Amino acid sequence: MPASNHSNKILISSGRVIDPANKVDRIRNIYIAEGKVIAFDKAPQGFNADVEIDARHRIVCPGLIDISTRLREPGQEQKATIATESLAAASAGITTLCCPPDTQPVIDTPAVTEFIRLRAEAAGNARVVTLGALTQSLRGEQLSEMAALRKAGCVGVSNALMPLLNPLVQRRALEYAATFDLTVFLYPNDHWLANGGCAHEGRVATRLGLPGIPEAAETAAVAHDLALIEQTGVRAHFCRLTTGRAAKMIARAQYDGIPVTADVAIPYLYLSEVDISDFDSLCHLIPPLRTVEDRQQLRDAVQQGVLSAVCSDHQPHEPDAKLGPFPATEPGISGLDTLLPLSLQLAEEDSLGLMDLLHRLTAGPARILGLPYGTLSIGAVADICIFDPSASWQLDSRTMRSSGHNTPFMGREMKGRVTHTLLAGNIVYTLN
Amino acid sequence: MSRHNLQIDKNGRLRHFLSISGLNRQLMTEILDTAESFAGVTAQTVKKVPLLRGKTIVNLFFEASTRTRTTFELAAKRLSADVLNINITQSSTVKGETLLDTLRNLEAMHVDMFIVRHADSGAAHFIAANTAPHISVINAGDGSHSHPTQAMLDMYTIRRVKGPDFGALRVAIVGDILHSRVARSQIHALNILNTGEVRVVAPKTLLPAHAESLGAQVYNDLQAGIKDVDVIIMLRLQRERMQGAFLPSEHEYYELFGLTEEKLVHASPDVTVMHPGPINRGVEMDSDVADGPRSVILEQVTHGIAVRMAVMSMAMSRKEGPSG
Repeated sequence: MPASNHSNKILISSGRVIDPANKVDRIRNIYIAEGKVIAFDKAPQGFNADVEIDARHRIVCPGLIDISTRLREPGQEQKATIATESLAAASAGITTLCCPPDTQPVIDTPAVTEFIRLRAEAAGNARVVTLGALTQSLRGEQLSEMAALRKAGCVGVSNALMPLLNPLVQRRALEYAATFDLTVFLYPNDHWLANGGCAHEGRVATRLGLPGIPEAAETAAVAHDLALIEQTGVRAHFCRLTTGRAAKMIARAQYDGIPVTADVAIPYLYLSEVDISDFDSLCHLIPPLRTVEDRQQLRDAVQQGVLSAVCSDHQPHEPDAKLGPFPATEPGISGLDTLLPLSLQLAEEDSLGLMDLLHRLTAGPARILGLPYGTLSIGAVADICIFDPSASWQLDSRTMRSSGHNTPFMGREMKGRVTHTLLAGNIVYTLN
Repeated sequence: MSRHNLQIDKNGRLRHFLSISGLNRQLMTEILDTAESFAGVTAQTVKKVPLLRGKTIVNLFFEASTRTRTTFELAAKRLSADVLNINITQSSTVKGETLLDTLRNLEAMHVDMFIVRHADSGAAHFIAANTAPHISVINAGDGSHSHPTQAMLDMYTIRRVKGPDFGALRVAIVGDILHSRVARSQIHALNILNTGEVRVVAPKTLLPAHAESLGAQVYNDLQAGIKDVDVIIMLRLQRERMQGAFLPSEHEYYELFGLTEEKLVHASPDVTVMHPGPINRGVEMDSDVADGPRSVILEQVTHGIAVRMAVMSMAMSRKEGPSG
């Protein structure tokens, strides 16, 4: 965070304040001082705003929390850096980013965590938290020093997309994480069943002759992981569900009282296997885009709260990474810029209310990550996103802030535009 | 961009030849008729026509091939083109050059056509979408996706043997459908030509998900699958399928899916047997069948030259100005 101006007094006036954590949805003023929310509606005695933001006709909500953002630093700075991507986040109303451990080097020592934290603070655009590696170098063999990673600030541990081939190692890793009350972030994907595939094993992959990843690669992994979660009692989060069936399994586990949460990335709520029909490498995602039915079931699961976070799964790439035959291209979409407008579109298309939707972008992920952010209670850190829900704009290479322009939504009309972002009471972004 | 538009220009002419899907019956028939006109050339003493004289055609093979590369080379030479064979498995990409860089370098040498084989599905589409506008791309096999000239030469062979009425035919494709670009292209082609019945026959491990969605009836039993069929197309079984746990053994595969004279009695009495080659004798097919009177396997190879001449000349003649 920048050292500047925590003493700034800010008034956000007359905005429609939606704070899902407190189930608030009303027009009100927000008074901010020393980086915190100090009052609503009426000014506290002696409050003289240094800055007033007129938020009429705008929505004021907690700063968004993105549960999975690849920043590409350290290790792949040709794609993006912490500075560029955190700036993109700020302009998209995102105040907290969670970086998975598959950087180069891997986040398996406090030094790497510290490096990322310092770079993020120097940039001052967004708060960056990290997941530590569950195993050393993510190799799935030796446990990482989880206690040290936790002490260094990691909010959880994960093996990212790297497989945990040995169930015994996985069991011990979960137990060890539970020892330190660390949440384990699991990417459900059976390495053997996925078999190096690059597309959903379904009609489209069959026609295109692309190596398929069956639905069972996800559901078998979820079943396997759930058994070990129950056995070890660890708190676990399932990352990036893609199948309706897996979402149902999570719903069942939650009903049974198993401490599990799960998320979905926004592209999976809009795209499906159909979108790879032209070998469009921009739609090459891992895990793969599934069927149209899966997409609807994922939307339903977001609405029901089974999936309590919607994330960008931001993976910026340099142009070359997507220039090749489909299977040879690097997977992933650059998603920070579109997280909010695509989510808002979801509220329009489905019966999901704005309150529930914003919950999945704020309080939902905050709870999963165990962070005190994502709310506008009195005394809360003033991470705030102000947006004009009716402003239309076009996503193009000029408006896009991320270094990675790899998105199939390029050229699309977006509705809902962030006008201001506050990070701990500092205005880190203003739409000019 | 649409895959279909990519290979057909705005006048409906062949610009590239990337996949069977997206072709219409008229264009397919034109390819077959053009091939027919070239068939005479290959039988002459002087086996050349000057259609592509002065043109440079690059055989860009990222995957090993003998038959396909050779027939493309012969086809190009019989059209009087200059041919460059580039075997990329032992070339630049090994040194870290990207596919696009390789293309740019070849374009800089003023070539006119790429014949591409690549292990990745979609590779030919990618090259066609990214190459210089004057260059035509012919797909000589991409991953498990498409092998359109093979499918065309098979249609050509069927038409020669059975006549032009595909509606009267039952055709069974037997073997490793899952990994086969040949099967996918054949099924598309047979459907576009309104074939009476298209069947695929394989154990479930060698069938893709929703195989029926390709446009074929699915059989897991060889006897039932070839019952009363007029054409049987056997596919090559890669030996590495045993290691991949697709099959227990060559022996059991041969027992269940290998084509023998005894099993052929279930097919139509005048059944024609085809194979894209190379054959694993005693695995997918008995030698008696492969060398027997119903087999047209060697004719397929001969027809491959005429069909490839047809496709190359059509893709090149689309442009302004005569080619030769």
